[in-house]
Amino acid sequence: MEKRSTARIAFEKKQKRKGVAIATLSSALLILALIILIPRTPGWEKVQSSFFNSDILIKTFPSLLKAFLVDIAIFLWSLPAIAILGLLIALARDQKAPAMFPLRILGIVYTDIFRGVPVILTIFLIGFGIPGLGLPRPWNSPYLWGTVALVLTYSAYVAEIIRSGIESVHESQRGAGKSLGLSEADTMRFIVLPQALRRVVPANMNMLVALQKDVALLSFIGPVEILRQAGVHKSLMANFTPYVGAALIFLAVTVPATRYADYLLAKQHRERS
Amino acid sequence: MSLVKLQLNNLHKSFGDIEVLKGIDLSISEGEMVCLIGSSGSGKSTLLRCINLLEPIDQGEIVFNGRDISEPGLNPQPVRQKIGLVFQSFHLFPHMTALENVMLAPKRTSNKPRDEIRSDAERLFAKFGLADRMEHYPDQLSGGQQQRVAIVRALAMKPQIMLFDEVTSALDPELIEEVLDVLRQLRRQGMTMILATHEIGFAREAADTVCMLDNGKIIEKASPEKLFSDPSEARTRQFLSSVLKR
Repeated sequence: MEKRSTARIAFEKKQKRKGVAIATLSSALLILALIILIPRTPGWEKVQSSFFNSDILIKTFPSLLKAFLVDIAIFLWSLPAIAILGLLIALARDQKAPAMFPLRILGIVYTDIFRGVPVILTIFLIGFGIPGLGLPRPWNSPYLWGTVALVLTYSAYVAEIIRSGIESVHESQRGAGKSLGLSEADTMRFIVLPQALRRVVPANMNMLVALQKDVALLSFIGPVEILRQAGVHKSLMANFTPYVGAALIFLAVTVPATRYADYLLAKQHRERS
Repeated sequence: MSLVKLQLNNLHKSFGDIEVLKGIDLSISEGEMVCLIGSSGSGKSTLLRCINLLEPIDQGEIVFNGRDISEPGLNPQPVRQKIGLVFQSFHLFPHMTALENVMLAPKRTSNKPRDEIRSDAERLFAKFGLADRMEHYPDQLSGGQQQRVAIVRALAMKPQIMLFDEVTSALDPELIEEVLDVLRQLRRQGMTMILATHEIGFAREAADTVCMLDNGKIIEKASPEKLFSDPSEARTRQFLSSVLKR
């Protein structure tokens, strides 16, 4: 028995080593092929100098980074608004009492509209339309109305995520709350919502990553954030490298966030099984 | 017997086309313990859920302390606070500790100070041997402990009557006894109880009255001595022999 199990362990170790070796080799071959083949394409030199120009990257990077702070600011002040509005809409859609019927319909119409229209269209319509009313100074800011457009769109998605969380909490939990003499509102607030919100954390993390990227869409209505800043550099220097720099900055934020969301999701799967 | 606590008159309940309760009449006195037996689907659970007003009845009356609580439009909350219900699969709130599970409803429905609610809860935990489990989450407790916490949670509302819906059916055999002990303790204190159960031995030992439910009706109602040793109905005999054979 003893002997056989050591033999098995040795075999499994060998298999594992073999697997790692094959994976390393195949990756190396692929990278090597790309390094050798891409520079042989006819347009490579032009592409290299206009997309991967290290001088321009170094020159423009600090100002790109600074412009990215605008993205982060818009992202940060959108978040609480999205969380609150999303929650309210999810709760509106959960109303079952006849008196609350208009609220429920309103929630459905809202989520249908804002999930049905491309984000960029909502941004155009609100970001150009409302300042067009000729409102006085702080009320015509593209920062303000661009943020509003993002909040309206994203809270529709977040509302649906929260609603799916609410529906995933088993009916018996509501029954247990009610049987103790708790009101519907208390049952929702103390029993259903805490469980629902915990379950939808990974899904909402993915929404955060998407929002972080979509802030760049506001460049089309005015705010000088990273994408617009990169566009300015591109025009001045007739070179696309600043866009690559902007992409790198986005990746530095979104890749860890996405990995973290996946980690949370995997952890949740493990806990449930 | 003494004062009538709960009186059910001609209770009917359907889910869609299926009539689950077909005219239930039952009277329970203060301090009485009634056991409901009968096969799955005979209507025991539905009956308990109707008494707790979790399911609206279609016809009939539920008279509790001399007042019909089945009237449509009546606010069920204050009634439910006086009628405790314990479920087969506990339904503890998984995101709260045992103590939080127990304190939630008293905190939200009474205006007693927090300290008093807490000490009341702690006393109940101690009484049922759970003093060292108060800070545990449900998934850190055994099935028997979870069910005892669920009973404590219902008791914390100081109900006047307790309904138990097959509270030992989801438990491993060696954990059943600790839950039955809690029921015995409540019985000694004179709690009015209705218990849907498959524990024939316990019903024989503890019940004042046993009702045999079959197909939505109480087909036989008698003292445990009578019903278990000399049932009048053939269906009761058949049910008992199949349960005791297991």
